[in-house]
Amino acid sequence: MSASNGDYFLPDPSPWPLVASVGLFTLAGGFVMLVNEVNMAPWVMLAGGLIIAFMMFGWFGIVVLESEAGKYNAHVDVSFRMGMLWFIFSEVMFFGGFFGALFYLRNLSIPWLAETDILWMGYEGGWPTAGPMGAELIAADTPISSPSQFSTIGAWGIPVWNTLILLSSSVTVTIAHWELKKNNRLGLIVWLAITVLLGFLFLYLQGFEYAHAYADLGLTLGTGVYGATFFMLTGFHGFHVTIGAIILLVILIRCIRGHFKPDHHFGFEAAAWYWHFVDTVWVGLFIFVYVV
Amino acid sequence: MSAAHTEAHDHHDHRPSGIMRWLTTTNHKDIGTMYLIFSLTMFFVGGIMALAIRAELFQPGLQVVNPELFNSLTTLHALIMIFGAIMPGFVGFANWLIPMMIGAPDMALPRMNNWSFWILPFAFALLLGSLFTVGGGPASGWTLYAPLSVQGGAGVDMTILSIHMMGISSVLGAINIIVTIMNMRAPGMNLMKMPLFVWTWLITAFLLIAAMPVLAGAVTMLLTDRHFGTAFFDPAGGGDPVLFQHIFWFFGHPEVYILILPAFGIISQIVPTFSRKPLFGYDSMVFATAGIAFLSFIVWAHHMFTVGMPLAGELFFMYATMLIAVPTGVKVFNWVATMWRGSITLETPMLFALAVVFLFTIGGLSGLMLAIVPADFQYHDTYFVVAHFHYVLFSGSIMAMMGATYYWLPKWTGRMYSEGLGKTHFWLTTIFFNVTFFPQHFLGLAGMPRRIPDYSVQFTEFNIISSIGAFGLGLAQLLFVYIIIQAVRGKNEKATAQVWEGADGLEWTVDSPPPYHTFETPPTVK
Ligand code: HEM
Ligand SMILES: [Cu+2]
Repeated sequence: MSASNGDYFLPDPSPWPLVASVGLFTLAGGFVMLVNEVNMAPWVMLAGGLIIAFMMFGWFGIVVLESEAGKYNAHVDVSFRMGMLWFIFSEVMFFGGFFGALFYLRNLSIPWLAETDILWMGYEGGWPTAGPMGAELIAADTPISSPSQFSTIGAWGIPVWNTLILLSSSVTVTIAHWELKKNNRLGLIVWLAITVLLGFLFLYLQGFEYAHAYADLGLTLGTGVYGATFFMLTGFHGFHVTIGAIILLVILIRCIRGHFKPDHHFGFEAAAWYWHFVDTVWVGLFIFVYVV
Repeated sequence: MSAAHTEAHDHHDHRPSGIMRWLTTTNHKDIGTMYLIFSLTMFFVGGIMALAIRAELFQPGLQVVNPELFNSLTTLHALIMIFGAIMPGFVGFANWLIPMMIGAPDMALPRMNNWSFWILPFAFALLLGSLFTVGGGPASGWTLYAPLSVQGGAGVDMTILSIHMMGISSVLGAINIIVTIMNMRAPGMNLMKMPLFVWTWLITAFLLIAAMPVLAGAVTMLLTDRHFGTAFFDPAGGGDPVLFQHIFWFFGHPEVYILILPAFGIISQIVPTFSRKPLFGYDSMVFATAGIAFLSFIVWAHHMFTVGMPLAGELFFMYATMLIAVPTGVKVFNWVATMWRGSITLETPMLFALAVVFLFTIGGLSGLMLAIVPADFQYHDTYFVVAHFHYVLFSGSIMAMMGATYYWLPKWTGRMYSEGLGKTHFWLTTIFFNVTFFPQHFLGLAGMPRRIPDYSVQFTEFNIISSIGAFGLGLAQLLFVYIIIQAVRGKNEKATAQVWEGADGLEWTVDSPPPYHTFETPPTVK
């Protein structure tokens, strides 16, 4: 039995953290095999992924049970809130590294590379660029005729729609939150479902754009530093949207099952915070990767 | 709630026995113990690598290890000591002490605490496993500079993935520590009453959360440059190898303060106890710590003075670096002022604390020399840098942890350690440490490059001295293990709750050893 002494909650010993470590190790090992072309790599990674999924059901299952059993009082709730906020801060720093790389390349090292004539005479620099040995940038809407050409995705096509989609999803999740506080379960479920749909719509459009970039624009991960920063920033963002959407989906299922109370629903709020965070990152991306 | 309350007391100390206790525990004392044992183990693994390096450098020429392995050994020695010995060691102390110092029953997020620990053995299995791959271990130095680290085989990938795992462990551990300190303090324990060890850890945890994800980003770019065709660090695609250095050191410099701030906290606990006086300048200690943390984010390029930065950059980073000497000086001043007119006794923890104050200051001064741009053009990548960081890391962080072990071991085990053996360990360590590393200053000033398995004959004498010192230093640590085992096995004299006459703080109000759960009802702090 876990102990709940006055203000504190002390959980029982738990096997799940260890299972999580085994899963993580298997996944990491499988990934090393994958990039080094070991045949069984996909199977090892699959095993790792399954262990982690199994762990998540087990670990989060306990958390949900404990929460629904009322073991998390206001004090414990504060711990969870702080923990989530600091976790999001660590994610901000992770993206900060990639944004930093973008600014450094674009504003400092590319101009320096263009200035020196020792390495590549006649390299003009500028942005977007795939570097002196990379592909040549051509205007948008010009057909690509050789592998040494690429063009970029304009901001005012799908990306601006995606911006609107994510911004509205932040609004809908907030409305869902209000409904939860008013204990209007139907409103909660409808608005949250809309949020999840908007999230997956964003991902669908993003996937569509990627396919277009690879197939028609000559823009790939290997298109010099432009391709690298473009796909790494938007790719990690897309990955976070995927996670956020799955979390929201789980929360939606819990809502349908009648979990959460108007005054006690940290799981919901954590998911919403995470969603606002991926949304904010997207605004940064839209401005610095697409528009400017 | 009251039903749960009584029930909890019935099942008070229930926990699985045997190995399952350790695999599944959510208790901060168990987890702290595991961290400390892990740290000590890694200290010896990394130490053996250091001895292999010193054996090779005993004479000029190539004799003991081949150059490829030598490079892997310098790389792994550093990674293991930093991420395996020092960081987990401090987290171990944090786990044991922070809840007891602030009057909390445990850490705020106990299950996550267990995960933070259990990631580590797996991460280090991956890292050490790299030695057995076809291309050998990582050979680029712990700084993993591109383009060197873009080359190399599967071992480099294993290193990158293990760094990701260590990063997850550190960030989760740091979140837990911050939340514990912010949310679990006993009534009356306001921020400016917290012991300094708790304060330094609060700020260290912040540095960890801010810096580790940036390292994760850097090694991710390395990974995609290696395998997925990106050109972050390849000028042909418009990238820049110096970009890697900037990102790495944006993490790297805060990291060195992650490695020293908890040591400052430890010294600030030990010195007042054995001076039988409260710490001089508590408030200024807190502000100095915060100041160091802030400055640590704007000095990173002092590791890169020779890469060809614009002059304005060199000057900015030089002056910013020198500024750090101010809050650091405040701390040293406060420790000395604490001792001033105190009634000092020199038990082993105090000896270690004094040595740290003195020897760390030497490291700080050589740091100041390195911070001067024109001088660093001469010193960079020589043994002078190696001497500098061993004075701050070994005689700073590691010796502070040794002092801390002697200081709190009686509290944890309920038994005193053997004072005579402790003092012997102290003197052997201090003397051999200086024999090992002091000559490296001269070698560096004379121009001996670091990370090279061979050297020209004029450097021979100092290298011989250094290697002899290293083996002495290594052997002396066996005594340390013996002393710990002796105390743990409970044959020694019993320790009182107070343990040290001058000790002050909540952890000295509970029994030695403390019960499995302490402060289930919060104490009141005046
Ligand atoms: C007064 C404070 C300090 C100053 C001014 C300072 C300055 C410097 C400078 C300028 C360098 C670069 C030398 C070079 O590569 O040419 C350096 C290297 C280094 N410092 Fe410090 N330092 C200080 C304190 C510390 C502390 C407290 C630690 C760790 C606990 C530390 C750990 C290191 C390490 C590990 C390196 C070498 C990194 C590498 O290249 O592998 N330093 N220091
Ligand atoms: Cu530094």
